[in-house]
Formats: sequence, structure tokens, C-alpha cells
Amino acid sequence: MATLDSKVPKGPIQDKWTDYKNHINLVNPANKRHIDIIVVGTGLAGGSAAATLAELGYNVKAFAYQDSPRRAHSIAAQGGINAAKNYQGDGDSTYRLFYDTVKGGDYRSREANVYRLAEVSSNIIDQCVAQGVPFARDYGGLLDNRSFGGVLVSRTFYAKGQTGQQLLLGAYSAMNRQIARGKIEMFNRHEMLDVVKVDGKARGIIARNLITGEIERHSAHAVVIATGGYGNVYFLSTNAMGSNVTASWKIHKKGAFFANPCYTQIHPTCIPRSGDYQSKLTLMSESLRNDGRIWVPKNLEDVKAIREGRKKPTDLSEDERDYYLERRYPAFGNLVPRDVASRAAKERCDAGYGVNATGEAVYLDFAAAIERYGKEQAKIHNIDNASEAKIYELGQAIVEAKYGNLFQMYEKIVDQNPYETPMMIYPAVHYTMGGVWVDYNLMTTVPGLYCIGEANFSDHGANRLGASALMQGLADGYFVLPYTIGDYLSDDIRTGKISTDTKEFEEAEKEVKDKIEFFVTNKGTKSVDYFHKKLGKVMWDKCGMSRNEKGLKEAMVEIKAIREEFWKEVSVPGNSNEMNPELEKAGRVADFLELGELFAKDALTREESCGGHFREESAELDGPQKGEAKRNDKDFAFVSAWEYKGEPADAVLHKEELEFKDIELKQRSYK
Amino acid sequence: MNLTLKIWRQKDSNAKGQMVDYKVTDISEHMSFLEMMDVLNEQLVNSGEEPVAFDHDCREGICGMCSMYINGEAHGPDRGITTCQLHMRMFKDGDTITIEPFRAAAFPVIKDLVVDRMAFERIQQAGGYISVNTSGNTQDANNLPISKHAADEAMDAATCIGCGACVATCKNSSAMLFVGAKVSQYALLPQGQVEAADRVQNMVAQMDLEGFGNCTNTGACEVECPKGISLDNIARMNRELMKAAIK
Repeated sequence: MATLDSKVPKGPIQDKWTDYKNHINLVNPANKRHIDIIVVGTGLAGGSAAATLAELGYNVKAFAYQDSPRRAHSIAAQGGINAAKNYQGDGDSTYRLFYDTVKGGDYRSREANVYRLAEVSSNIIDQCVAQGVPFARDYGGLLDNRSFGGVLVSRTFYAKGQTGQQLLLGAYSAMNRQIARGKIEMFNRHEMLDVVKVDGKARGIIARNLITGEIERHSAHAVVIATGGYGNVYFLSTNAMGSNVTASWKIHKKGAFFANPCYTQIHPTCIPRSGDYQSKLTLMSESLRNDGRIWVPKNLEDVKAIREGRKKPTDLSEDERDYYLERRYPAFGNLVPRDVASRAAKERCDAGYGVNATGEAVYLDFAAAIERYGKEQAKIHNIDNASEAKIYELGQAIVEAKYGNLFQMYEKIVDQNPYETPMMIYPAVHYTMGGVWVDYNLMTTVPGLYCIGEANFSDHGANRLGASALMQGLADGYFVLPYTIGDYLSDDIRTGKISTDTKEFEEAEKEVKDKIEFFVTNKGTKSVDYFHKKLGKVMWDKCGMSRNEKGLKEAMVEIKAIREEFWKEVSVPGNSNEMNPELEKAGRVADFLELGELFAKDALTREESCGGHFREESAELDGPQKGEAKRNDKDFAFVSAWEYKGEPADAVLHKEELEFKDIELKQRSYK
Repeated sequence: MNLTLKIWRQKDSNAKGQMVDYKVTDISEHMSFLEMMDVLNEQLVNSGEEPVAFDHDCREGICGMCSMYINGEAHGPDRGITTCQLHMRMFKDGDTITIEPFRAAAFPVIKDLVVDRMAFERIQQAGGYISVNTSGNTQDANNLPISKHAADEAMDAATCIGCGACVATCKNSSAMLFVGAKVSQYALLPQGQVEAADRVQNMVAQMDLEGFGNCTNTGACEVECPKGISLDNIARMNRELMKAAIK
């Protein structure tokens, strides 16, 4: 049985990474040509890793289920990417980014990994600018920054509201250069369906060609999983429709421990759902909280009047509004971290103050920002006694320049003009901090099997700060994995090509084919979506923004029952030897149905509140922090790493104790 | 609302396709177009028929995966959006909606509404990058000031999502807006100017090789582009090509 060794290097935290790099084994350039690496998933983490590994000289085979790496869901990240550049001179530093990330993660991440992340953050910005990523600039031609939640400095770099897109296109361009050179072999429209182990080491994968349905064997000396998070276990999330846990789950079943599955981020600023037909939720960037003020009416009569259409939000005076984040958290106001903002919205809506028909929406209001910018512009342009309309016009132009694409997106979906009436928002599942357990080298508990980006658990603890996902994905892919994987591969310079003509590949392939055959021949009566929606409802109701023992126990039983029904009743039309989207979905939902139960089990085991995981039993009962989440460092300062044992309920818990040597453990206060 | 859908069905790239009629009922005006397609597909699955295959992923207008030709327009009858952002409030009860794949010789149909856009990939691979390795030793980002105007213009060009609406909508099936956007992004930035001549020549050569047509300045691509990529980018690409030729 694998044991948990985080392999964190010795020495002071600021020297660990440098010392580590100075002492690892390297592979000489001539030998790299004889080593193959498989990268599954080509978003920010996988794309940057594939490009960098190919630049170094390894032979890379990259896999994506979309028709191009440019379409990975990293592309949807809007707001920005953090880096400790201190370009604003506001006191930022590597230590401060490290500190904010550990604190923001509610002290449930591994210090050494987070420090390294903060350390390489600056390199990412330099690299991306060199690639031609068009970051926003000020009139002096230097890079501009904005603020994000949970921090007191301005360290977020951005490209309009499309930062993820531009960073992904940067990584994609680096990949294209290597594809053209033949160093990356790109497999678009392919889905990994299993990992193949030979003598205990990861040596390849089984993949399905999504156009022809053909099952293929691919071998390599190491396998990297970069397939993102599992937010779609909730059915409704801000993830792309195809985002799934399958690659992570398959490697879990082959020996990779799965860490902290219950740490899910519910993002506070999403467009509320409008009906049962809803297929996904849309995020509005957190950057909007720089300028938007969040409120609900103070009086329930006004709530009623608004729901019934008798009043408009703009009819309410300042006294009639409750800016509840500013009220509860004066120090951070509207820029509290995501978990705190989400729970506060839920608290108001549960108390009956939700402002739309479903009762699940709060306002995000830009009127004050438009006025403030308008006055500033009037001054800049020397317009004396500017009329209200003029101020509004000038202010609106600034807000449009900053967030125009987000406002347009909102208007297209909701059919309301957010310049004229406040936006309505509500929290939605957005990101998963949990994921495959990895050591300092980003290697899973299976030798030669790596996991990077959102798919691993490593850097964000129990809650991720805004603009840190892009940072982590690119840090792992550009600057961490390319070093750590070399240390492992230095033992493989004499191994030679890995044959796919072995019993290990044969067995894995047979297992995959059997499951596909089952799906297309099963005489079920219900669609895949039927089960996915059912699972999603249990997850949202019982493993959502707040959780309790009773609900979690029920969730485990209910998810198991849905899973059993799924294997009897699922109906998948079409054949296995053709493009078959329903078949693809069936395989993914089968894995979600197992993950969901482990998720509930993990949440049940963690009898404390931390970050995105809020256990109702563990809240402050009185004092200034009354109602806030209560962490229990004495009993729960560990990573839960689950070992697969068949049924999810039988998974075995391994604990990685978390040590905090460089940061004092404190209650997270944003008041 | 109740609608009649005329949808292109084609089993695979070798099969002959045809339009097939379907009915959907009780469609809410708040649904997105693809949610309406989900309703149809759920209906088809439940009656044991094969659902309509279509490309989609992020459903928020940024991944560029969705690609339907609706009532004779790429991404349908609204402006500045992709198919996934199209909402049913754009249609009326009783409407008949025609849904086809993006059509171009360089975009062969894979199945139903799914097309093969690998030609775009090969054009990008021909030169859509700046040749810089990842090292951690590139110069500090602020050592290279770039005028805000150039950065903003580069950003506008870079917002292209590679969906192919420009090609589908062009009577010549030209990919010049797509290629022009990428050429422009780099040509506008100092980092991209070093290899600008090679880039534009290689990308344009690949574009011609893939069988895309030429630009005759109709401007339909700019109108249908979900990201509002401007025709100026085509002009800039031609200028860059000219510059490269006389170098």
C-alpha cells in the first residue's frame, strides 16, 4: 500500500524550491528525445506543461476531448491572474501572496507548495508577456492591476474580462509551435478512459477517439493528468458541459489517492437560475466586486413588492437597502473571500430577502461606481457643474471599458440592462479545491503518474482566492512539473519505448470496451441526464453551501441508490463505433455517481467548518464572530487522502498532517 | 412556445445528409437555444432515437465550440453572440427554424451539426505564435512598455474565439478575418514584430492550402463575428503580407 510522503524538501521555506532545483537529477538533452510523456487535458495546466516539456525535448502526446486545446474551460476565467510583482508599490511580496493564499485557503493547504506558487508567480507574467498576451496597460505603457477578494493589495493582472482566454491562447500558441515541430503529437477529440500501469508505474493510457469510437492504446514513460475539476458533479455549475472527473477518477481507482473531495468553491457572483430546463450557470467575474455593491432590501415588504413587480430596485432609497457585506465585514466589505460572500448571500436569501421569483438572488449594483467615475472624469475633462446625466454618461463609459463584455453577457442572458438596473446574482458551484493527492513533485501515489492544475488538491486549501486558479495552472505547467518530472524520468533513460502489446494494456482495454458495450446494449428507460440531474439535486441540497451530519448521511444513501438505478435503467442510443455524445456523457456520469458518494463521506468525516466546507454543527455561537465558520485545528489540520477500496463508502482515509511553521494559525477574520 | 425545427442530419462524414423535421413544444422564452436543443434531444433519447449531435462546451460564448447556422445566419439572428448565447426570446410561437452546420469546403461535416475545423489548427501551427521558450529568465514584463492603444488594439484582435462563423458566413468561405486577427495581434506588439514577416507568409500560405476562399470585402464576416472582430484586421494582414513580400 502506498504511504503518504509529501516529499517537502528540508530547509527554510524561502530556500526550499531553489535548493531542490539545484539538487535534482537532470536528463540530458540527447536522452530526452527517447522519453515519451502523455499529457491528458490541455487547458492552462496541461497546455503549458505540454508546450514546456516539448521545448525541453521530450516527446509529448497531448489529449483533449474538444476539437482544439484552445477550447479548454480555462478559457472562461474572466477576472485575472495574481502575481507578487508589487508593481503598484503597495507592499506586495512573495511572502504576502503566500500568506494571503494560505489564509484564504483557511489553513488547509501545504505551506511549501503555496510558497513555491507565490515564488514563481512573477515568472508567469514575464513569460506570458513574452508570448504576446495582451494584458491591460496604463497610459505609460506599463501593466495595470486590479484588486480581488480576500487581499489588501492590487496584484491581479488582467486582459479585459477575458484573462483566462488570453492566457490559454498563449499556452496554445506555445503548443502550436511544438506541434509544428513534431514534438507534440496532438490528439483532439480523444478522451482518456483509463490509465495503464506496468510494474506499478504509470506507463500509458487507453483513450477513445470520439469521432470514430475507436479504442486506442498509448504508451509513455510518464503520464500527466491535467483534466480540471469536478464541479459538474452538481449537474448545474459554471463548468463547461463536458468538464468531468473521469480521468481523475480512473486514476483514483488505479491507486491514486483522492484528497479533500468536499472542498468545493461556490462562487458568489453568478447569474441566478431561471428554470428547470437550465443546463448550466454563468459566472460574472469577481472583479465586478471591485466596483459593484451587493445588497438586498432591508424590509420584507419591499422584497415582496419587487418580486411582484410593483417596485423596482432603483425605487429604493439608500436607507431602505441592506449592504450586508459592508455591514458585516467593514474591513473587506464587498471584497471578502468567495466562501464568505456566498454564505452571506445564502443567509439573506434563506431569511427571505431574495429578490427574484425563486427567492435566490441578491443585487450587485454599479450606480455608485458610475457616479464616482463620472465625477472623476468630469474633473479630468474640466467640466464644471456637470449635470447628473453628463456624470452618468462619463461614468458609464468607464464602467463599460472595464466590464463591458460582462455587462453584455448579462444582458443577453437575463434580458435586463445592468447599467440601468442592478444585476441579480446568486452563488453557484465554480471550482473544486479538492482533487487528486500529489506530493511536492506533483506526483500522485502512483509512480510516474502526475496531476496538475485544478485536478490536483495542492495549493488552495479549503477555499481558493480569486485570480489564483490561472496562477496555479500555469505555475504547475510552465515552472514546476518540467523540473520535478525530470528527476523521476532520469531513471528511465535506458528503458526504451514502452510496448503497448502487453497484457496490462490488453486488460485495461478490455475493461474499457466492456463498459462501452454495456452502455450501448443496455435496455434502459432513462436518459443519462435524468440521473445526472438527480445526482446534482442531492449534491446541491445536502452537500452544498452548508452541510450537516444528517444530510450527508442521507446523501450517501441516496447517491448509492441513484447509482444502482443508473446501472439498471440507463439508456444510451447509438453505437460505440461512431461519434456518440450520449455515450460520452454516460461514462462521465457513472464516475460522478461514485465521486459524489465519496464527496459526502469526506464532508461527513470533516466535522469542522473550513473555507468552502461549512458544517452547521461547527459555527461560532457568540462573540464578535457569531455565526461565522469555526475551524478545529486541533483535530482537523490534515489533508484527507482517500484510498479506493471498491465501493466509495469503503474508501480508506489517510491523513497528511499539515504543519504551519511560517504562518501562525488564526481564525480568518475579514471584519 | 411551439416550434418546428428543420435540422441537418448526417450519420458520418461519408454519408449523404438531409433535412429532417422535428416538433418541440412548451419552449420557454428564457431558454437558451442550446437548452431548446437539449429538450429535443431528451425527447429523442426517450423515444429511442439518436439525438442530434452538435458541438458545444462552455455555453457562455467564449470557447468557440458551438457552430450552428440558424435560419441562414451563423450563430443565428442576434448580433455579438455565439449560438450558446442565443435565447429563445428571439423567436415566436409557431416559428419554423432551420438549423444547419457551418458549411465550407474546408470544414467537412463529421456528424449532423458537427464540423471538422482542423484547418484552423493547421493555420495556427504554421505561425500563430511568438518563438519564446519557457525559462523563467525572460525579461521583467515592465521592461517592455507598450502603448495602451497598441495593447488595446492587440487585445481586440486577440478576442477571436476561432469558431469559424466568419468562414461559414462568407460567400467565398474566406478565413481572412480569422487569420487577420491572429496576424494583427502579434503585428501590433513589439514582441511579435521580430518574426512578423515569416508569420504572415506562412499563415497565409497554409490558409490557401486548406482551400479557404479570398476576401471580396463583403464584410459579412464582421457582422456575424460573435466577438466583433473588425475588417481592419484583414487590411492589416494584407499590409503585413505586402511588407513581407518587398523585404
